Amino acid sequence: MKRFAQLIQELELSNKTNDKIDALVAYFNEADERDKPYVIAMFTGKRPKRPITTTLIKQWAIELSGIPEWLFTESYHSVGDLSETIALVLPPAANSIDKPLHQWITELAKLQGKTDEEKKEYILTSWNNLATQERFIFNKLISGNFRIGVSNKMLVNAIAKQSEQDANKIMHSIMGKWQPNEITFKDLTTGVHVNTDNSWPYPFCLAYAIDTEPENLGETSHWQAEWKWDGIRGQIVKRNGELFIWSRGEELVTDQFPELHFLKDELADGSVLDGEILAVKDGNVLSFNILQQRLNRKTINKNQLDNAPIGFFTYDVLEYQSNDIRTKPLAERRLILEKIIGSLQTRNVVVLSPVIAFETWQQLAEIRETARNINSEGIMLKHKESIFHAGRKRGDWWKWKINPYTADAVMIYAQKGSGRRANFYTDYTFAVRDGEKLVTIAKAYSGLTDKEIKEVNSFVNKNAIEKFGPVRTVKPELVFEIAFEGIAESKRHKAGLALRFPRIARWRKDKNVDEINTLDDLKALIPAVE
Amino acid sequence: MALIQFTNKGIYCKQGDFYIDPWLPVDKAVITHGHADHAKWGNKSYLCHTLTKPVLEERYNLYSNVEVLAYNETIVINGVKLSLFPAGHVIGSAQIRLEYKGEIVVVSGDYKTEYDGISTAFEPVKCHTFVSESTFGLPIYKWQPQQLIFDHIDSWIADNHTRNKTSILVAYSLGKAQRLIQNLKTDYPVYVHRTISALNEAFKKAGVDLRTTIQITPEIKKEELQKGIVIVPPALADGRWIKSLTNPAIGICSGWMAVRAGRRWRSADAGFALSDHADWPGLLNAIKATEAEKVLVTHGSTAIFSRYLNEIGIEAEEVKTQYGNEEAEEKVEAGTEDKVKEKQ
Repeated sequence: MKRFAQLIQELELSNKTNDKIDALVAYFNEADERDKPYVIAMFTGKRPKRPITTTLIKQWAIELSGIPEWLFTESYHSVGDLSETIALVLPPAANSIDKPLHQWITELAKLQGKTDEEKKEYILTSWNNLATQERFIFNKLISGNFRIGVSNKMLVNAIAKQSEQDANKIMHSIMGKWQPNEITFKDLTTGVHVNTDNSWPYPFCLAYAIDTEPENLGETSHWQAEWKWDGIRGQIVKRNGELFIWSRGEELVTDQFPELHFLKDELADGSVLDGEILAVKDGNVLSFNILQQRLNRKTINKNQLDNAPIGFFTYDVLEYQSNDIRTKPLAERRLILEKIIGSLQTRNVVVLSPVIAFETWQQLAEIRETARNINSEGIMLKHKESIFHAGRKRGDWWKWKINPYTADAVMIYAQKGSGRRANFYTDYTFAVRDGEKLVTIAKAYSGLTDKEIKEVNSFVNKNAIEKFGPVRTVKPELVFEIAFEGIAESKRHKAGLALRFPRIARWRKDKNVDEINTLDDLKALIPAVE
Repeated sequence: MALIQFTNKGIYCKQGDFYIDPWLPVDKAVITHGHADHAKWGNKSYLCHTLTKPVLEERYNLYSNVEVLAYNETIVINGVKLSLFPAGHVIGSAQIRLEYKGEIVVVSGDYKTEYDGISTAFEPVKCHTFVSESTFGLPIYKWQPQQLIFDHIDSWIADNHTRNKTSILVAYSLGKAQRLIQNLKTDYPVYVHRTISALNEAFKKAGVDLRTTIQITPEIKKEELQKGIVIVPPALADGRWIKSLTNPAIGICSGWMAVRAGRRWRSADAGFALSDHADWPGLLNAIKATEAEKVLVTHGSTAIFSRYLNEIGIEAEEVKTQYGNEEAEEKVEAGTEDKVKEKQ
């Protein structure tokens, strides 16, 4: 495990993509052959079932370190990561053992079904034989959750470089169904398992935000314009009588959307569709806020089905008659897509995402301004000759989003961040004016530079009024411009509204608390559709 | 009447009419050590340890009105017996012991309990009231023995040399820099920033036996720096000069590096948890050794640390002071350095 601990340290310390890829390549060159599939599984979020609950692990750590629980909690707030907190508060290890990574993982998996006493015995012995950094890794293995700034794409690029294989093929391969204990690293990189697997999705083709005036893209006739929807990007795979729905996060979400299950009977085998999962009622797209009621649920009740019925707005086809057609030009794929959707018997659930007709860029810009009326976040521009790229590629697809809403609000609470930002007050709660009172409207934690964070941090330290655990109430003095993508009524929030994707646009040092927006200003923004 | 009180200017001893580490100008200031959040410019007179005087001279051009004491030496001010004991924090750092009519108070400033090879080793002093810092007052902070850390730094430097990288260590001009210079293996020449060099020279003149270092000047070629070790204060760590060096590898030496978030926050190539402050066990052991009836916690994790002390049966209270976290310290340090430069 020492080699893996070294990799983690290298990945964490570097913020340059190339250095990280080099570290990964070096790892895959040097590591124990049997460890490698486990590392790929962990980095791509293929998590084994947790053998032990967080509560138990925490309880044992507190017991062993001999500190009160509140002190453990305070330590956690300072560290920002539970696995690391435990690694640090435990007494120093008495001995040192070095087992390969796969052995640790296998041993942990075997704890499944054992009694709590047996589990405790194993964990405590392990802790007592590992140095702090390895202990941290060990704790991460228990939770199975490694978030260390390695995207799937970065991992794929590193494996491609190391194994001298095509990156797309590797992406296919690692996104498919496989078990780290059943596959060799070589088989994984050559992708021997993916042909027999019906479910595998294609890597999503992703767009960059447009960084120029659309006029600079050239002839309008070369471009296809579509609405940009604010839902869940999804890929529908139908092969050999089986239906799979993948989300952008590469999760299988088939069971969450029974409305789409009719495709199992109506969509031909060897078809893969790309599109947006949305809440749709009477043909109208509803806000993301409503769609959210349907996400990440194990079971769905009738009420939820009625309130937030699901539709699929499809805009691309990647596989047709069992052929990968991603390298056909978009215009050709669109014709095939229209044919497929036209042949469905069930109407109005899986529909074509409309193509917007336009002659000039000016005309399109005007159409774009109306996006919010139909709960769209702007326009997608796709070159008619474009292939369906694997991942993000500059030039062929562009997002042309409408400008976000903004409001000036005052910071009233601050909380320490986690991860890299632990120990600094980085999570802020903002309020607007409602008559004489201040009412909270959003919590946001991005958009400030490190230097500004330090400045706010020192303000919080000097102006904290009250402490509630990690939260500080601060003097309402700092005004920020909050940007957000949408706004909807909400019974759950005190303000009676919920903002979509709020973040700090900038610090308005030029404004004081008398100049912030009012709750009525915000309510006036809620679209009439809802 | 308490022997010391906390006022808006600093820690005040009414009976002796002097302040300890005042943050606003006063007539008589007793200084624990030379870091800028403890030793401020602008007081009418100073009393400090013999080896803090060179720092005041170098940083503030203070050549008069500075009275010095050696460790264990006592003077009496209006009936208050005042003596200094080593705090082990940086060269010249002292705990200030006050005794009046049988009551003993110790103001420790900043301290660490492990001997660092260059600052006189920390000595616990029995007292009724102990004023303590708590910079690293959380059980997550437990330092490794310094030899292990230096082995680690030495091998990092050796590795950088094989990869043609320039090793840059980031350390406070006062304290950490001298500690590195004295403890690193002597395989390579050590190049130091002007502010560090100036302090080194001042210490040498005062009789401290410091290893020879070379002040960085524009004339020194980058290839030479690459073959040696470069030490700079934190204010320069993110600067353009460092980025202009040959394959720079930056190693930050600070207690905050014990936590991953601290390492990532600073975006360094390496972080070494080397601190001049006491760690959690260090704080607890030091406090227990004083046998104090009351502990006043001045800066750091004050709320948490004092709550814990109370829970384990040591009466403690948090007090508000302006002694800072290291971030503030380094900013002030850099600022002062520039001011002094302008004056010269």
